[in-house]
Amino acid sequence: MNSLFTPCCEKCTHTKETPCADLIKCAVEGPICHEDKNCHKVKQNRLKYLQGADSDLTYVYIGMGTCGLAAGADKIYNFMAKQLEKKKIPTVMKKVGCFGLCTEEIMVDVKKPGFPRVSFAQVNLERAAEIIDVFIEHDTIPEGYLLGTVPMGLSSDDSLQDQVHYINDFPMMKKQQRLVLRNCGIINPESLEEYVMRRGYKALTKVLFSMKPDEVITEVIDSGLRGRGGGGFPTGKKWLFTRKAEGKRKFLICNADEGDPGAFMDRSVLEGDPHSVIEGMIIAAYAIGAEEGYIYVRAEYPLAIARLKKAIANLEANGILGDNILGSGFNFHLKVKMGAGAFVCGEETALIGSIEGKRGIPRPRPPYPANSGLWGYPTNINNVETFANVALIIDKGANWFKSIGTPKSSGTKVFALTGKTKNSGLIEVPMGISLREIIFELGGGLQNDKQFKAAQIGGPSGGCLPVELLDTAIDYDSLQRAGAMMGSGGLVVMDEDTCMVDVARFFLNFTKKESCGKCIPCREGTARLLEVLENIVKSNPNSSEEELQKRYQSINQLERLAHVIKDTAACGLGQTAPNPVLSTLKYFKNEYEAHVYDKRCPAKQCRGLLVYRINPKVCRGCGICAKKCPQGAIVGERAHSHFIVPDKCARCGACVEFCPFDAITVS
Amino acid sequence: MGKVCCCNKDSLAKQDEAIQKLFRSYAPGEKEALIPILQETQGLYGYLPKSILYLASEYLNVPVGKIYGVATFYNQFRFDPVGKYLIQVCAGTACHVRGGGLILQALESELGIKAGETTKNSLFTLSTVACLGACSMAPVVTIGGEFHGRLQPKDVVKLLRDYEMKE
Ligand SMILES: Cc1cc2nc3c(=O)[nH]c(=O)nc-3n(C[C@H](O)[C@H](O)[C@H](O)COP(=O)(O)O)c2cc1C
Ligand code: FES
Repeated sequence: MNSLFTPCCEKCTHTKETPCADLIKCAVEGPICHEDKNCHKVKQNRLKYLQGADSDLTYVYIGMGTCGLAAGADKIYNFMAKQLEKKKIPTVMKKVGCFGLCTEEIMVDVKKPGFPRVSFAQVNLERAAEIIDVFIEHDTIPEGYLLGTVPMGLSSDDSLQDQVHYINDFPMMKKQQRLVLRNCGIINPESLEEYVMRRGYKALTKVLFSMKPDEVITEVIDSGLRGRGGGGFPTGKKWLFTRKAEGKRKFLICNADEGDPGAFMDRSVLEGDPHSVIEGMIIAAYAIGAEEGYIYVRAEYPLAIARLKKAIANLEANGILGDNILGSGFNFHLKVKMGAGAFVCGEETALIGSIEGKRGIPRPRPPYPANSGLWGYPTNINNVETFANVALIIDKGANWFKSIGTPKSSGTKVFALTGKTKNSGLIEVPMGISLREIIFELGGGLQNDKQFKAAQIGGPSGGCLPVELLDTAIDYDSLQRAGAMMGSGGLVVMDEDTCMVDVARFFLNFTKKESCGKCIPCREGTARLLEVLENIVKSNPNSSEEELQKRYQSINQLERLAHVIKDTAACGLGQTAPNPVLSTLKYFKNEYEAHVYDKRCPAKQCRGLLVYRINPKVCRGCGICAKKCPQGAIVGERAHSHFIVPDKCARCGACVEFCPFDAITVS
Repeated sequence: MGKVCCCNKDSLAKQDEAIQKLFRSYAPGEKEALIPILQETQGLYGYLPKSILYLASEYLNVPVGKIYGVATFYNQFRFDPVGKYLIQVCAGTACHVRGGGLILQALESELGIKAGETTKNSLFTLSTVACLGACSMAPVVTIGGEFHGRLQPKDVVKLLRDYEMKE
């Protein structure tokens, strides 16, 4: 049997043109329409094969998301495939998505007959060879880079219980609750069968054949699901608006533009489990009565785009997408649109403009897209993660979903935990968990045991939270109150070596570049804010009286200007652009003061305020620094100590990087 | 637009086969197709040649000024040919916090060009992007599509040498 969906015998009537309503159930439990022990057995064997439970085969799973590939996963894949073939060990090689433990990349899982699925971390060629020789061939588990066992719902799951702990006991996994990431890193994302094997498209079947659109909407409203794209608007309500809106055509859009630099949740979900998003979309389309949909994906995510296209083609070939889905009479056509690199296109009205082939410039709302969206028709836009939750809510019920998280923010949230924590990667936690738990338990604390300084949450629209707020609960409202926001889920941890003025400058530089230029407060305001910040991270010993005066006033000016922009900008980009400045001003004012008044950068990051000196006792006069200095500011004779001319020094730091004797000091 | 021929068929017929095929996969006048056409063109040439902008203008019946407006709005589009290896330096938050700025600086001084420029020998084009999605390996640089993570400014010289040696 080549697929769970291939007809088992002549009695099966399922085709793409006349799809069978029981297709999904039949695939895993079937056959349904007739009784035949042999047909059933064929299906069950195929399932066993897919689950990794075939008693003659060894399964090797390798994480091949963007991060895994960046770490060189394809080399390990080819090596292992070749070795296992040479040794004549019957093997199934599987490419899975990102499991989220990015610091442990490259991850390789092995499932041998009679053993549970065992996961190994940081696998290089040497370790790959050892895994084959020691574990696959001789049943001993190599130590040192073992992550744990991955339960697959099979009888062999617990067979190593007393030797190897479960992967969920790994520090970074312990407090996670993986709903959206349920399949990421577990299944082959290009296989529709594997998704269906794990209850996939069950919710869709339930919706199409036993629920009215209004019931679907009520269920989603009752679940308390709020948009995961940043704003946190109740998803069910949004659907209701679009359902009620008048229009000949209706559209459904999935926002996968993920513009926050330093966040990759949506990418991982699309790469690791595209079907969970598509299933959510078909359900949403049915609920609001849309027959056409788009997924708008960043062009920087070629792998996600390829996986989505493959998934769509696969669904169409099986009658689960397109006309007359599963024979229900409901039609839904889905297309992938590529973004072209503009952060503002994540804003819903700009995104619509971009799909229409125009510049991505936001327009004032109302009218909201629910009434007048793509080409003027009612349009519903949701984020990737929002859609990925939908099938679970329908499958397990609103009450189950509501029991997770906090009363006002139900469910979980996926975060991209990056920066200076020991463990970084993708985590999914119940709402209401504290920042402290995320950073110090899941993240394992800071690298090199440095001091924690701040957590940046919410990307360019969010804010930086200091030590005092580590116990802030992660939910929409608490974060907003603290001056940050949930955003899409970027969480960058900073230590004592990070300069908060520099961080504010970094984000403003980003928003200034990405401002679409339509409204003045955003276009001019972000440029002026950046100018003030640029000014205070520089020191000019010859500044005039007037310039000094300006410098001293800059903190007040920053604050005032930030509020003006916040209050007057036309779209979400401008309204939130000052947040990084405001939150750092609020919690790290002393750092601003050190820059402005003392002309000093406590974290030694702002080069314009640093002084470089060559220690004559250490310098051997090799002349490398003089050669590397782009300004020609270093003088000295060969084999004699060199000297930096302060007036010429541009403080680029090149000399420090290249000095072989560490003779250059920075203060 | 003065000199440009207004008859779609002829000016398209003069183009490479690949370009013809690309355009024909969209219906004439389908305005929604503008961005995909530009993207696919850039996929073929590595940049947007001026002639294609005029061609798209005729084919889709959109003024060329509007097309230029769209093409310059999005960061993805380039109007100059790129070198053999495109170097993308990540300027995302995680990379910035872990010293991505220093990497860019080191590349700039080593290559003698600024971000957005191409070396004289057309070997390297330097550019920055917002997050490459490999944040746990920050700071990250891709050269000709290959990832290099956890870099330090000193690694840059050797890295570039390796690519130069391949020539
Ligand atoms: C500047 C800006 C950028 C945005 N970027 C994104 C994004 O990358 N992804 C996203 O899902 N929503 C983004 N949004 C929010 C969208 O406008 C919209 O609210 C969201 O897609 C709605 O989906 P949800 O209700 O599921 O959250 C952005 C908003 C603004 C103002
Ligand atoms: S911030 Fe550099 S790869 Fe994400």
